[in-house]
Amino acid sequence: MRKLKEFIVEKLILICGLASIFFVALIFLFLLKEGFSIFKTVSPFNFLFGKSWYPISEPSQMGILPLILGSLLVTAGAAIISIPIGVGCAIYIAEIAPAKIKEILKAGIELLAAIPSVVLGFIGMVTLVPLVKTVFHLPTGLTALSGSIMLAFMAMPTIVSIAEDALYSVPKTYKEGALALGATRWQMIWRVMLPAASSGLLAAVMLGIGRVIGETMAVMMITGNAAVMPNSIFAPVRTLTATIAAEMGEAVVGSEHYFALFAIGIVLFVISFAINVTADLFLHQRQ
Amino acid sequence: MGRYQRAGCEVKNSVLRFYIDFTLTSHGNNIGKIYYKEKMTPCANRNCAGVVSVHKEEDMFRKWVFVLIIVMFAASAFAAKDKNSIQVKGSDTMVNLGQAWAEKYMEKNPADFVAVTGGGSGTGLSSLLSGTCDIAMSSRNIKEKEITLANQKGINPNEIKVALDGLAVVVNPDNPIDKLTVDQLAGIFTGKIVNWKTLSGRDEKIVILSREVNSGTHVYFKEHVLRKNDPNNKEEFAPQALMLSSSQAIADEVAGNTAAIGYYGMGYISKKQRPLAIAKDEKSEYEAPTIENVINGKYPISRPLFIYTNGAPQGLVKKFLDFILSEEGQNIVMATDFVPVIK
Repeated sequence: MRKLKEFIVEKLILICGLASIFFVALIFLFLLKEGFSIFKTVSPFNFLFGKSWYPISEPSQMGILPLILGSLLVTAGAAIISIPIGVGCAIYIAEIAPAKIKEILKAGIELLAAIPSVVLGFIGMVTLVPLVKTVFHLPTGLTALSGSIMLAFMAMPTIVSIAEDALYSVPKTYKEGALALGATRWQMIWRVMLPAASSGLLAAVMLGIGRVIGETMAVMMITGNAAVMPNSIFAPVRTLTATIAAEMGEAVVGSEHYFALFAIGIVLFVISFAINVTADLFLHQRQ
Repeated sequence: MGRYQRAGCEVKNSVLRFYIDFTLTSHGNNIGKIYYKEKMTPCANRNCAGVVSVHKEEDMFRKWVFVLIIVMFAASAFAAKDKNSIQVKGSDTMVNLGQAWAEKYMEKNPADFVAVTGGGSGTGLSSLLSGTCDIAMSSRNIKEKEITLANQKGINPNEIKVALDGLAVVVNPDNPIDKLTVDQLAGIFTGKIVNWKTLSGRDEKIVILSREVNSGTHVYFKEHVLRKNDPNNKEEFAPQALMLSSSQAIADEVAGNTAAIGYYGMGYISKKQRPLAIAKDEKSEYEAPTIENVINGKYPISRPLFIYTNGAPQGLVKKFLDFILSEEGQNIVMATDFVPVIK
């Protein structure tokens, strides 16, 4: 009886373990099946590099270049803002901060990670958007810049916690050696700690970016969603994620529009997969 | 030596943990103890990974079978109720309204069931003709062709006006512009007019606000203002138009932006936005989007919303329609940002 029970439990847990892989595979297959159907009517080149996105018109125009560029622009902006702040914060927590402040900062950053993105989007919409509009004298504050700033907040917790981890795992001897040789604290951080932790720091940055590019709700609320070719960070943009979220409700199942949204999903999947793999490579390089 | 320890769970500092792992054994003895759930009986046999408590699981099993049986009974009971149901189908613009009516109606008449689905006015009317729905919602009049087809099938479409739909075009109260023609609106929203100066306003770039493509309002505005009801017209919203996800987002942006122009159902107008008076063409009067102007048909961006039934409504359908046309039903019309037909 015990043996049998043991057997059942073992198999059940095996199924649980396999389930996650199974579901991922199913999702991936479904995504591919639905997404590739669009290429029966639109050529991949026109889909990826077309400049107009009018999915519900007759005839429809399905060019997602403005959306890809929109996503990349917002992500790049968020990276530029969040990387220096995030890494700086990690250095402070790992090396400089006294134990008490360290605890407070860590708790604060965890709290930042806990804020739902829709709440951040809403706060951004009522506070940041008017601010951006007045500070830069723009016709509207719903711009890529607003999205970047808000997304930088979302990338920060990921970057800080992984970067701090990377700095923490630098062997103590490196640090002591540097100090013993007469390096100042800054020299020790800049010349020893950062290079030693570089692969971990890069992984932190990549994972932070990965979080940003997949973010939907906040960008949908504050970037304006105009499917125009972005020419500056002060202009409204439409991202890949916002397009899927905004239009899925309308698309008739099995229509060209529906397939196009799945194809956008594939593009998004490829981008975030590439980012995660890069991050993983950096992380394993460290070990 | 290492041995595959199968699955088990472990209590450490009163925290229950599950794991699947290799565990080291030394000289045939397990290192560490393994417990089963809250029983916490130490493992007696080293060939087993976790100590089992059979009774408990059997109890659980019985419980689940019992729950399952109850669920099945409940499901069959619900299925039996389906006889008292009405199928409502049609216009996507009216889906929310129909849903709101259905919810309130079912709250008052728990024995009846109203199912509301969208698909578009055409879909609704064709299902009415093929007998797959009891009520068709439509944001346009039935076509001659459809009536002929219906008569051939022995169906007699009966039209009931249940609500009106008026769209307000709004600007910031600081914007000196207070009236526009439909042509000027089309020019603005297609991106041909880019500065308020062209319309003798301030020298400011126009910020176009639109609803997302998933909105019926977006489609309606495109068809009736940008394309002026002409099916061959291929005008589009300007690519630089900001697509906002809700009417409230448009209202907020207009309230804070002197250069913005947007549109939404009349229900969202507040003191923070100025609704424009609209004229069909230059010779017509400019009319403000008020409930009266929508009811008497003077305001150009409005349309009636219909419900079609087969013949005069009877039984359950009549009961539901009476509810729609009652004061309560028309209050729901107001709450979902349409204009009631009866004041």
